[in-house]
Amino acid sequence: MSALIIDGRVAADAYVELADDQTPAGTPCIVPLARWLEQREALQASGAPIAVRLPNTAEVGTIWPLLEDRPMIELDFPTFADGRAYSQARVLRDRYDYKGEIRARGGAVVRDQLHNMLRSGINAFALRDDQDVDTCLTALSDFDLAYQPAADRSDMPIVGRLRRRHAAV
Amino acid sequence: MYTYDSYDQQLVDERVAQFRDQTQRYLAGKIPEDEFKALRLRNGLYVQRFAPMLRIAIPYGLLAARQLRMLAHIAREYDKGFGHFTTRQNLQFNWPQLERVPDILADLASVQMHAIQTSGNCIRNITSDHLAGAARDELVDPRPYCELTRQWATFHPEFNWLPRKFKIAFSATTSDRAATKVHDIGVHIVRNESGELGYAIYVGGGLGRMPMIAHRIRDFLPELDLLSYLEAVLRVYNRLGRRDNIHRARIKVLVKETGPAKFAEMVEAEWALIRDSELRLHREDIDFIKSRFDEHAYDAAAAADTGFEQRVTEDPAFAAFVRRNVLAHRVDGYKVVFVSLKPPAGVPGDASAEQMDVLADLAERYSFGEARVTHDQNIVLAEVKQGDVYAVWQTLREHELATPNIGLLTDMICCPGLDYCSLANAGSIGVSQDINDRFDSLDHQYDIGDIKIKMSGCMNGCGHHTVGHIGILGVDKHGEEWYQVTLGGSAGDDASLGDRTGPAISRADIAEAVERIIDVYMEQRHSEDESFLQCYRRVGMPPFKARIYANEAVAA
Repeated sequence: MSALIIDGRVAADAYVELADDQTPAGTPCIVPLARWLEQREALQASGAPIAVRLPNTAEVGTIWPLLEDRPMIELDFPTFADGRAYSQARVLRDRYDYKGEIRARGGAVVRDQLHNMLRSGINAFALRDDQDVDTCLTALSDFDLAYQPAADRSDMPIVGRLRRRHAAV
Repeated sequence: MYTYDSYDQQLVDERVAQFRDQTQRYLAGKIPEDEFKALRLRNGLYVQRFAPMLRIAIPYGLLAARQLRMLAHIAREYDKGFGHFTTRQNLQFNWPQLERVPDILADLASVQMHAIQTSGNCIRNITSDHLAGAARDELVDPRPYCELTRQWATFHPEFNWLPRKFKIAFSATTSDRAATKVHDIGVHIVRNESGELGYAIYVGGGLGRMPMIAHRIRDFLPELDLLSYLEAVLRVYNRLGRRDNIHRARIKVLVKETGPAKFAEMVEAEWALIRDSELRLHREDIDFIKSRFDEHAYDAAAAADTGFEQRVTEDPAFAAFVRRNVLAHRVDGYKVVFVSLKPPAGVPGDASAEQMDVLADLAERYSFGEARVTHDQNIVLAEVKQGDVYAVWQTLREHELATPNIGLLTDMICCPGLDYCSLANAGSIGVSQDINDRFDSLDHQYDIGDIKIKMSGCMNGCGHHTVGHIGILGVDKHGEEWYQVTLGGSAGDDASLGDRTGPAISRADIAEAVERIIDVYMEQRHSEDESFLQCYRRVGMPPFKARIYANEAVAA
């Protein structure tokens, strides 16, 4: 059982995986995007909060209207080197101002990627099984500063304006 | 020189701490080998044939004297007393110990240097014209734009795990000296018809297995939109670049498979959504970055010197140096001095710790404390008073740094090859030495004139062979080292890819083949004014091919 970090704290997982032949029983559950697109109305009929798991090839721009009211969107980081979902996270947060939980899951959800995930707008991390939670929590503060405006600090302008503003306070 | 403020310094210091922690966790068995590999590459650390190799970033090739001294110190303290300057204006150490790399990084940080993103599938060092700020033909100094881009790219959270490495180069002249059209993105700083400053954007160039010349996807991007547009290109690439095959993963393949026009449309669509975001630069951002670069106080009296011309008349050896290694500076009375790292018996691009110290002293005394690395693997002291050039030359000569061969046949680009690199199929350093031996007469080299020989030990193309006027590529044939030759490549504004001469040539015959190519050129050229490249473009391959393969001696 992998550990879950939400908003910088260890948390229990409220969502259960819904098997393909299962219908929601009123408690929070998560379904793959394909099923969500096909059975949206039936799934919602139960009244349960339903989260959606995106494959990292999904183009957020084309499906956003079907995602915007979801309480949680899970992104896939299948292997250490596959960074496609970083862009999905930024589009969700920056372009659409999505306010729900964005959760990272997969083989790359390890200590040394968490800081970039956080900066890209991901606020929940389903850690890979071998990860030590306490070590992972320290990753979130690897850097105190950044050069770019990104999803975590959309008010962070590039270079000069930032520094002068910080110098002023 | 760009000087760090406390913000830049803190980021680099935090990176040292982060990498030290990663190294300790790896050595304690807490990070799997393959994952540590990906992490250490993002700090320029390879594990090579005999030892680790550490690649240090030299943003846009600009080095301060104290940085050169630190590199000399690192060469002595952690390596075997020398370093290797690369075609991307970086420096590589070939013998550091993995355990000591965090200490090297801490030493580098103390002089505002780092190894951030010098490898791995992320945005690499931003390169530019080695004559930036000194060239007569430039529109503006490109380096503040390079620095802005460097900062945007550094630890960019979204683009640290791209399909493949990503290289950006800037040029602000019409004579491209930064090989921008063989980069993933080439940025040309231009003015539009209304006189406004901006950029022409080229995307999808590259060398390696599938060499391609970049396509211009935007004729004019307004000055303040640079970073949002780059972000749009990178986002399209991160989402859609191929990840199923490492040899098809560069952006050039995406641009080719999508089609440049369609690709440009996708970038424009993404850009439209982020153009007015926080990424849009303000005038004061650019002013701020410019203010962090030193202003050089040129001496108005420098042009009054008459000693320079007199020395040229009196001293033929100095005259030979001036002829090849000294260029006009945009300020009258100043000269650009090229330091050759291609001595007859040396390894192209290598410099000893002692030489680095000498260059630091010269830079400090004569060139506003700065030196630059060229993508041809030489060093430039770009702002020397003409009255000081003779003294600079004398010191360079004492340290084997004054070979008067800039732009000539022996000023070869050469990768480390089989002697160091674990990717190489064949040696390149030995071949460069064989060629040097064949053309040991400088007079003969002068007669041949401007020519670029570029050599890579494998098809990854670190030695830029596909854009060499003569390109040499090492290949492995049944365990033996063979060489494929191309003619007619260019990395300049007239960028082109070389044409293969025919079957590969053996190690024993490759220097002979180069000599035959030169013989054909000397016979075919209209006059001394027709360069090798011009001549090849006029007469084509047949006469060269006929001579190279004239007998079995050099045929495969």
